[in-house]
Amino acid sequence: MKKEKEKLLPELTKGFLKENPTLRLVLGTCPTLAISTSVSAALGMGVSATIVLLFSNVVISALRRVIPDKVRIPAYITIIAGLVTLVQMLVKAYVPAIDKSLGIYLPLITVNCIILGRADGYANRHSVAASAFDAIGMGCGFTAALFLMAAVREVLGAGAFAGIPLFGGRMTPIAILILPPGGFFVYGCMIALANKLQGRPAKKQTGCEACNANSGDRNQEAEPRTPNACPNSNPDRSSPNAYLLPSDRSPNSCPLSPNPSSASCLLPPASSERGCEA
Amino acid sequence: MKEWISIFFAAILTGNFVLAKFLGICPFLGVSKKVNTAVGMSVAVIFVMALATAVTYPVNVLLERRDMAYLQTIVFILVIAALVQFVETVLKRFLKPLYQALGIYLPLITTNCAVLGVVLLNVQNRYGFVSSMVNSIGAGVGFLLAMVIFAGVRDRMEQSSIPKAFNGLPATLVAASIVSLSFLGFGGVIEKIFG
Repeated sequence: MKKEKEKLLPELTKGFLKENPTLRLVLGTCPTLAISTSVSAALGMGVSATIVLLFSNVVISALRRVIPDKVRIPAYITIIAGLVTLVQMLVKAYVPAIDKSLGIYLPLITVNCIILGRADGYANRHSVAASAFDAIGMGCGFTAALFLMAAVREVLGAGAFAGIPLFGGRMTPIAILILPPGGFFVYGCMIALANKLQGRPAKKQTGCEACNANSGDRNQEAEPRTPNACPNSNPDRSSPNAYLLPSDRSPNSCPLSPNPSSASCLLPPASSERGCEA
Repeated sequence: MKEWISIFFAAILTGNFVLAKFLGICPFLGVSKKVNTAVGMSVAVIFVMALATAVTYPVNVLLERRDMAYLQTIVFILVIAALVQFVETVLKRFLKPLYQALGIYLPLITTNCAVLGVVLLNVQNRYGFVSSMVNSIGAGVGFLLAMVIFAGVRDRMEQSSIPKAFNGLPATLVAASIVSLSFLGFGGVIEKIFG
């Protein structure tokens, strides 16, 4: 416990650049792309997701000895969906404008990879306090990245900041940046910038990309030059070691590593989790 | 009938789930490296989307009648998770070939925001049963289209030289931006033809 307490501060700060969920771990891409058209919506999304993340991490960490390993994913999803419903009701009641601009992306926080990823990759193995700090750090990192991206897109794409016109009609905004293609483009550029600042490429196997990659082209991601890497003959996937999380810093916290040989693909073998702790 | 056709094509082209609505980005970026895996994933998505819509529609009617619409999110995600598990078990038991084709993609679909997204959109737009089904199948087909096109684009991209910082994901995103740009060209087409 003592050791964990000493490490609380890095838990809080790692979410900003080193392990920024949006830019480094590439989790939660859908809301990032969809909501970053205006600064106010981005802040609303960031804060809502942070609140859900904080409470889900705390609750799941507190229940980590109660929830059986085999049904942990359904249990996590239920907890998260419940929290999302609460946040949704609060937002609807107190900031209806944000509710309108977030639309269906507000309930979709339920399936945001960041939250399930942190639940399964961090909260179920750490104390309540450490999980809370981790959640705040990750949530703030997510909000900061979302805010930055929305600022770029709104200022350049609409010539405004948080709805306030900036250029007084002297500049024609680049409207394409507000449209979907601009979302992909700005996001790509921001990840490239983060790579440049960090001096190394972002982890290729990350978050929900990793679990999807697991399903088919994990081999390919790892060795892009292998031309005919048959996804079904991937030795990685059939061994339980494929699920091992090397450490908490691993972004591969995706809980949905598929295992074609097991009946319940949702639940990777429990032994892998144990192996992780050892 | 006209309305259904218009919903169907709008879901494929102008309101493409991946490229216009940003739903299901993870599989779009993760599984689109090879055309055959992209097709496998997309077919599984179409299947689950249609099934999820068929199941959640009566559930939602029930919820609304009891004045419990606020439970939608939690009920829908549980229904989808249970459904995916159920489909997987049934396929494994009775339709081995189909299971082998779709099996590995099914578990990933539970947390695919496109599935929950289509169900929520149907509710939000107050679609009837047929419109809901048409919308979700259209969304699935649009997903397939985007995945296949993008798999082709990525294939070409593998062989090009890219600035170091852009290597990997950033370059993929910029490519996605250009593919998305091409779908932008369909804006207004559906309204002009069917509206």
